[in-house]
Amino acid sequence: MYELLHDLLGDSLLVYVIGAALPLLFVLPFAVVAVLLEMKVSAHMQDRVAYMYTGWHGVLQPVADILKLLQKEDTVPAAADKFLFRLAPFLVFMGGYAGFAALPFSSAYIGSNIDLGVFYILAVSSLAVIGLMMSGWASNNKWSLFGAMRSVAQIISYEIPSALSILVAVMIVGSLNLQEVSKFQEGGIQNWIVFGGPMPLLQKLLLLPFTITAFFILFLAGIAEVNRTPFDLPEAESELVQGYNTEYSGMKFAIFYLAEFANMFLVSGIVVSLYLGGWTSPFGDVMSGPIWSFFWFVAKGMFFVFLQVWIRWTLPRLRVDQLMYTSWKVLTPFLFVCIFAVGLILVL
Amino acid sequence: MDLFTIVFYFLAIITLGAGAVVVFSRNIIHAAFALLFAFFGVAGLYVLLMADFIAITQLMIYVGGILVLVLFGVMLTSQVLDVQMKSGTIQTFPAVLVVSALAGTLVGIFWSTPWKTTAAAPMEVTAAKIGEMLLTSYLLPFEIASVVLLAALIGAALIARREKNA
Repeated sequence: MYELLHDLLGDSLLVYVIGAALPLLFVLPFAVVAVLLEMKVSAHMQDRVAYMYTGWHGVLQPVADILKLLQKEDTVPAAADKFLFRLAPFLVFMGGYAGFAALPFSSAYIGSNIDLGVFYILAVSSLAVIGLMMSGWASNNKWSLFGAMRSVAQIISYEIPSALSILVAVMIVGSLNLQEVSKFQEGGIQNWIVFGGPMPLLQKLLLLPFTITAFFILFLAGIAEVNRTPFDLPEAESELVQGYNTEYSGMKFAIFYLAEFANMFLVSGIVVSLYLGGWTSPFGDVMSGPIWSFFWFVAKGMFFVFLQVWIRWTLPRLRVDQLMYTSWKVLTPFLFVCIFAVGLILVL
Repeated sequence: MDLFTIVFYFLAIITLGAGAVVVFSRNIIHAAFALLFAFFGVAGLYVLLMADFIAITQLMIYVGGILVLVLFGVMLTSQVLDVQMKSGTIQTFPAVLVVSALAGTLVGIFWSTPWKTTAAAPMEVTAAKIGEMLLTSYLLPFEIASVVLLAALIGAALIARREKNA
C-alpha cells in the first residue's frame, strides 16, 4: 500500500499522513453501522422494534444522532482538571485506532506490515488504559474515578489471558505478523487455526481441543477488554451512573463511543485473523483475491461484533470478585495447559 | 531536512518537553501523565533506530505496566485519603551537587567519545533473532531473570495475603 502511495506522491509527509488516515475510512462508517446494529439487535431481543421513522426501518437514525451530538453543548465541569479532561478522549481513541495499523484487512492491504503485529497491538492498547485513567481522574467525580479504576484493573487482568491465548496461535504459526498468520491459514475452512491449522491429520486432531479453548478464551478476554457486558463494571449504571465518561458530553462523549466501537472491531479482527483464517476464504480458492479477502475479513469481523452485541443484551453483569476469579483462576490456568500442550504437540 | 530528521526532532522535543513537565510540574498527577509522553517519545526514538522490538517492549513495560502502577498509587492516595499531593523543592544544595556531577559526567562522555556513524542499515527482522539468542547463548541470564520475577510475584502475593489474615 505504501509503495503505491509512494509512487503517486513521492517521498513526502503526505504519504504517511494518508497512510495513517486510511483505516479511518473504515472505522467511521463502521461506527455508524455498529450504532444501528446495537439499537436494532437490542430492540429485537427485547421484543421491540426500535426506531422506525428515520428512513426505512430507522436506518438513518445514527446519522441523526451524530448530527445531534455535533450540535450539543460541550460542557467541562468547573472543578475538573481542564487540560487532562480534554486530552483523555483522544488518548482513548488513539489507543484503539493505533491497533488498526497492524490488522490485515485484505491480502493486499495491511496498514503497516511490521513483524511484531500482535505484540504491537497489545502494546498500544495500553495508551487507552492511560486515557481511561486520565478521564476518570480529570472529571473530579468519585463515580468517574471508581469507574476508571475498575476499568483499568479489569483491562490489565484480562490482558494476561488474551496475551496467552494469542500466544497459542502464534506458537502454531511461528510469526507475530497477522498478515503471515492469515496466509498460513489459506486453503479453506479446515485450515483455520481453531480447527488445528493446516497440519497433518493426527497433529491436527491433537491440537484441536486446545486451539478451540484458546479461541473461546481470546474472545471472552476481548469482550472484557472493551468493557462490554457481562464485563461492563466500569459503566455499571446502577452503581456508578456512567463510569469514567459520566461528565463527558457532546463530541467528547461521541469520541469515547467511537473508541468503544473501534475497539469492538479491533478485538474481533484479532480473533478473526488469529483463529478464523483472517481474510482467507472458507472455500479454499473459490471467492479469494484482494477484494473478496476484504469482504471475508469484514464479514467475519462483523459477525463477532454482532456476537458481542448479542451477548451484551443476553447476559447479566458479573460481580467484581467473579470477574477477577474468572480471569485469574479459570482462564489463566486453562491457557497454561493449552500453551504447554500445544508446545509439546508441535515439538513431537 | 529530510523526513527522518524532522521526525527525530519532533520526538526529541516531545521527550524533552514531557521530561521537563515531569520535573518542574508542581502537580504530581500532571507529572505522572507527562511521563506517558516521555516514554512514548523514547519508544519513537527506538523505532528510528530500527529497534522495533525494544520500542514496543518499552511501550508495553513502561506505559502498560510501570506508569499504570505509578498512576494507581498517586490517584488512590490523593483522591481517597485526601492527602495534598504536591511536589516541592527540598535539600537544594546536595541536589545541585549530585545533578551537576552527573550532568558533568554525561557531557564529558558525550564530548570525549569518538562517535562513529555509518549509513543506516536496512530494516531487519529482530524478534526471531532475539528469541533465538535468549534460548541459546543467553539462556542463563534469561532463566535467572525469570526466577527473580517469580520470586517477586510470590513475594507480592504473600504480602497482599498477610494483611488480610491479620
